[in-house]
Amino acid sequence: MAEETLVLFKNIRNPKYDKSLSAYKKSGGFKSLKKVFGMKPDEVVQEVKESGIRGRGGAGFPTGLKWSFMAKGTGKPSYLVANADESEPGTCKDRELMLKDPHMFLEGLMIGCYAIGCHHGYVYVRGEYFPSIKSLNEAVDELYADGLLGLDPMGSGFNLDITIHTGAGAYICGEESALLDSLEGKRGHPRVKPPFPAVSGFNGCPTSVNNVETLACMPFILGDNGVEDFKNFGPQNNSGTHLVSLSGHVNRPGVYELRMDVNMKDIIYEFGGGIRNGKKLKGVIPGGSSSPVMTADEVDVLYNFDDLAKKGTMMGSSAMMVFDEDTDVVKLLHRITRFYAHESCGQCTPCREGTHWSRQIIRDFLNGNGSEEKLLRLNRVGGNMMGTTLCALGDAAAMPIQSFVKKFPEEFRKYYATV
Amino acid sequence: MFSKDIQTQVDKLLSHYPIRQNALIPILHLAQNENEGWLTEAWMQHVADICEVPLTHVEGVVTFYTMFRLKPPGKYHLQVCTCVPCCLVGGTELLEHTEKKLGIHAGHTTDDGIFSIEEMECIGACSFAPAVIVNEDYHEQVTPESMDKMIDELRK
Repeated sequence: MAEETLVLFKNIRNPKYDKSLSAYKKSGGFKSLKKVFGMKPDEVVQEVKESGIRGRGGAGFPTGLKWSFMAKGTGKPSYLVANADESEPGTCKDRELMLKDPHMFLEGLMIGCYAIGCHHGYVYVRGEYFPSIKSLNEAVDELYADGLLGLDPMGSGFNLDITIHTGAGAYICGEESALLDSLEGKRGHPRVKPPFPAVSGFNGCPTSVNNVETLACMPFILGDNGVEDFKNFGPQNNSGTHLVSLSGHVNRPGVYELRMDVNMKDIIYEFGGGIRNGKKLKGVIPGGSSSPVMTADEVDVLYNFDDLAKKGTMMGSSAMMVFDEDTDVVKLLHRITRFYAHESCGQCTPCREGTHWSRQIIRDFLNGNGSEEKLLRLNRVGGNMMGTTLCALGDAAAMPIQSFVKKFPEEFRKYYATV
Repeated sequence: MFSKDIQTQVDKLLSHYPIRQNALIPILHLAQNENEGWLTEAWMQHVADICEVPLTHVEGVVTFYTMFRLKPPGKYHLQVCTCVPCCLVGGTELLEHTEKKLGIHAGHTTDDGIFSIEEMECIGACSFAPAVIVNEDYHEQVTPESMDKMIDELRK
């Protein structure tokens, strides 16, 4: 039986762990922060670079590099904002961390703040995550009461505040520049880039936006021998463990912490316990609903950034949605497309119009009015959204459309008009 | 307009941000909670004054985000997720079942004001689908039977 590799979930998998500050400290918590306070900020950034960690929010951008881009000497304050707006369909891993071990994530956030010289960190949590918001607020209160936040924590001379900020329901706010607009008290509209947030972010100040899971890795990376150990968890350029949100037609859906050299087949059949009701696998949406779909024949592959990219898809936020042989993929694509039509912020024409138009075409199919011409048009509408918008939502809507049409054309033909 | 306790929370929130406008969304949440789950123009004006922004800005924000409501929800607001992972394992059928049971469509409130239904996009409980949020509480792996039971309990 395959086993998890426990770094982020080492406490969560301990049934006796109660997530309090004292329990977290007993598990070795805040030793890394103490060590970090004795280092120079640049040294911390360098260690994070060497660990090779790539952002866990979906884009997989190297975190150390992101931090090194922070503009210096601007005379403005710098900010670190944790992206806890987890909204990519299929993804439910940050919720686990915030709900069940908030201090690990918060220690990571504090390490990040020190590394980039930020004295006020924000956590942007999606508004629907009521239990996580409560858990985080209680954890932050504990940290202030203990003196780990506020003035001069651990005698470091590094004053630090953290604020838990609640969003109000908008997928687009997971996009970092839309998130910053939202944090400023505006509609969440992605910004024109450049300037990137590292130069002009929250209130026009240098800002780094990092995913919750990414930050939760920091206590381990900055711990004893952390950089080397972290690198050894996966193939080169895919270091560390990651949290895989497994959902859909498997016997044991759940969030699993895995190395990055685990085969997708094993995730479905070992961890997930195979397809429920003894059915056969039809396909997998491998990295959140925006990632190109894979057929059952394609899942014999290591589940990491680079191996999936070689297969023409992406690991995204490590959210695998598994579907069985009985699934109507046209209906499934219709549901995905409905999501993007609902969540488009409306700024860029290709996305605003394209998401609705593609949804209408798929609905035509479901009403028995499909045709070869409409299938081509659907693919073309998808193509016209790729790379033509300010943020990646256009691409996110296009990738499922184009991949479903390419991988399952016969399923669409079932819905051609018979006249 | 805020009660004394909540006004203290508003003041605390304002102290966490460099600019008053930054606190707009969290303060709107407090206002909505104070007004039984929805926002009136008077409340939006009040929050606009606190955050030193025009009313039109607040209206723009309120209409952008799905959690802000311009009409009253039921006492129990059933938020049923039908997004991709939930729809794979019965979320859509669960929504239809709930609508039939309460005799209302999503987006509406029962005549007695007890229940309202909202169809949700992904609520981030994908590995525990299908999921429903009732007011602020998550319910996971909900079946039509457990939904019936929950509704009957809440109605008591």
